[in-house]
Amino acid sequence: MEKIILTDEKIKSDLLPQKFGRRGMIWTAILITFCAVGLFAYIRQLQYGLIVTGMRDYASWGIYISNFVFFVAISLVGSLITAVLRLTGVHWSTPLTRISEIIAVSAITFASLIIIVDMGRPERFYNLFLYGRLQSPIIWDVTVIITYFVISLFLLYLPLLPDIQILLTRKENKGFHKLYKFLGSFWKGTHMQFHISEKAISILCVAIIPVAFSIHTVTSWLFATTYRPGWDSTNFGAYFISGAFLVGSGAVVVAMYVFRKYYKLEHYITEMHFDKMGRIVVMLALLYMYFNVNEYLTPVFKMKKSEEGFLNGLFIGDFAPIFWSAIFGGMIIPIIILLFKKGRKPFPMFIAGIMIVVGAWFKRFLIVTPTLLHPFLPMHNVPENYKHYFPTWEEWAIALGSLAGALLIITIFVRIFPIIPIQETLIEEHEKAQHHK
Amino acid sequence: MNTNNTSRKEFLASLVVSGLALAGCSSKGNPFDTGGTDIKPTGEKVKLLSVDGEVIEVDKAFLKPVPEMPAVSNSEARKGIPGKKFVMVIDLSRCKNLRKCQEACNHMHHIHTDLNWLKVYPMEEGEHTAPYWQPTTCMHCDQPPCVKVCPVDATFKRQDGIVLIDADRCVGCRFCMAACPYSIRVFNWEKSDMVTPELAAQPYSCESSMPQKVGTVGKCDFCPDMARKGEIPHCVSACPNGTFFFGDINEDSVTNGAETFRFSDLVKDKAGYQLMDDLGTHPSVYYLPPASRNFPFEKGLENEKGKS
Repeated sequence: MEKIILTDEKIKSDLLPQKFGRRGMIWTAILITFCAVGLFAYIRQLQYGLIVTGMRDYASWGIYISNFVFFVAISLVGSLITAVLRLTGVHWSTPLTRISEIIAVSAITFASLIIIVDMGRPERFYNLFLYGRLQSPIIWDVTVIITYFVISLFLLYLPLLPDIQILLTRKENKGFHKLYKFLGSFWKGTHMQFHISEKAISILCVAIIPVAFSIHTVTSWLFATTYRPGWDSTNFGAYFISGAFLVGSGAVVVAMYVFRKYYKLEHYITEMHFDKMGRIVVMLALLYMYFNVNEYLTPVFKMKKSEEGFLNGLFIGDFAPIFWSAIFGGMIIPIIILLFKKGRKPFPMFIAGIMIVVGAWFKRFLIVTPTLLHPFLPMHNVPENYKHYFPTWEEWAIALGSLAGALLIITIFVRIFPIIPIQETLIEEHEKAQHHK
Repeated sequence: MNTNNTSRKEFLASLVVSGLALAGCSSKGNPFDTGGTDIKPTGEKVKLLSVDGEVIEVDKAFLKPVPEMPAVSNSEARKGIPGKKFVMVIDLSRCKNLRKCQEACNHMHHIHTDLNWLKVYPMEEGEHTAPYWQPTTCMHCDQPPCVKVCPVDATFKRQDGIVLIDADRCVGCRFCMAACPYSIRVFNWEKSDMVTPELAAQPYSCESSMPQKVGTVGKCDFCPDMARKGEIPHCVSACPNGTFFFGDINEDSVTNGAETFRFSDLVKDKAGYQLMDDLGTHPSVYYLPPASRNFPFEKGLENEKGKS
């Protein structure tokens, strides 16, 4: 590859947020349509109650809850890329920090929204604060999710300040100058300000790791604190966290590919980045597979009577097609692709990333619903449709709408702010230049 | 000035008539509404005492009977009946899946047949053992998993052992349903047509669990409203075979209405057990094994026809 000299001016103009092209417009319109349909479905749900969903007394949690788990899982990548890699002194990940942080913020936003959608009485949400009881894992979840959201927001905002100052000096994106001024006019780029910001980011990077572990461990405890087959597991916290890092990294790979291609960022997100991310994804996928083996092998070995129906349902029964697709498509095939050097090129990585993300969504569904359809006592004295679960169009519309909403936040964010940190790229280029002299 | 005066009278009268219990409880509609303006004054006056201690005169036509009020306030209902510890014994040898218990329960609590609080399961312990019918109510566990997980204290355990739900507080997260190993909790997925407008207008009572509200969880409540009156739950009195026994463990007696037993003797003599007690839930419901049964299992199958 030819070596292009990256001047300050070139870096700045390359990384500025760009206007939507035709494809960008169509993409945004599609997302808005999905959100609108989802909103319409939710209005119907508010009107008629949760009866519009496919959930009933046995399958009392459905794709809303699995979607919630998915969002919480994917948001964990913010802490991995920003904090873990930063604290371990990895520098190549700089261009990926903002991508992972905006994924974290948008995912956690929709995780909170989808949990409200699942409530039978959303207008009583404030009861959680009025009457909240500390022994309920839901209260733990609310606490850590709010904490995680705030820290993630700061980790997105603080590194953005120097970039906002740069944006304010440019004549492009005049329309957003008012917003830029509101967000960052106090930033003068003084030595003191950089010092404080650096220090704050370091502290937040340390703080976010236990909080990130907490949000997903506590989310897993929503299930593991019950007696049910498939949930009654001490493995759940680690199992959820390893899966979360995997799906988040998969999402970052997909985002890297899309931004690189669409915004022509080949000099900033290089093949080296894909190669390194590919290695990380393989490691995480192997880790997740290890916990999957732990999660399923020991119960299958024992085949307790109470778990027999559940396990058979997953391995050879109704849920087997989804189960094996999620295991192979979401884990084994991506591992095989990414083990090869050729597989760690941008396009195969993109495909592997999509497989991981889609596989992870269905894996969350398999964690939530099959368990509920295998209660301890027989399913009896209930209407026939209580014994199965298939989401209604309203549920699909709301779930897809929430996914579209998370993508919409990311899309709007990159329209307004540089997706690759300009200031940090400048500093790194200067350091590189110094090094070469 | 005259019209103004009348409306003041109406206002005060309705205040008195609807009673203090209503004030501030009902969020639905105007609590000061006399329920129609087409009431013709009869001319016959009744003297009443207003809340301010003022004696007022009200036309008899404006007096309306108060709907049945909960015997106790909801904060009182959270405490429970002092000195009591309720217990139920279900004799499996007497059940033939007649489901009179279910019918009575559904009728008295105005619940839909899709949402039975009381279910009768066909059970079979092992491959070569005999099947039997198992009526299943809420176990009113002493270590209730549902209460542990409720984020808002909407479901709670009382000093008399009963686990109840405050449907005015429930946020409908359904964590309790996932937590209950007995799957006894039901959710009001939609507005029930069993809840009449008159019933819906009543303030919710934790002790009668009525009226059931859309978007909240419901379940068997051990009928504490009946216990307060010194009566037995509806399922107990409805069973023609006397399958259910209800009582107080402190008094050590249980009754099905016709027969009364010493609780400790009954569970000892008949080898009573609790359902899935290995989970550590400590249920308040005891089962007597289906030994020397009054009816063959097959008899109960006939009752399955035409029902879900």
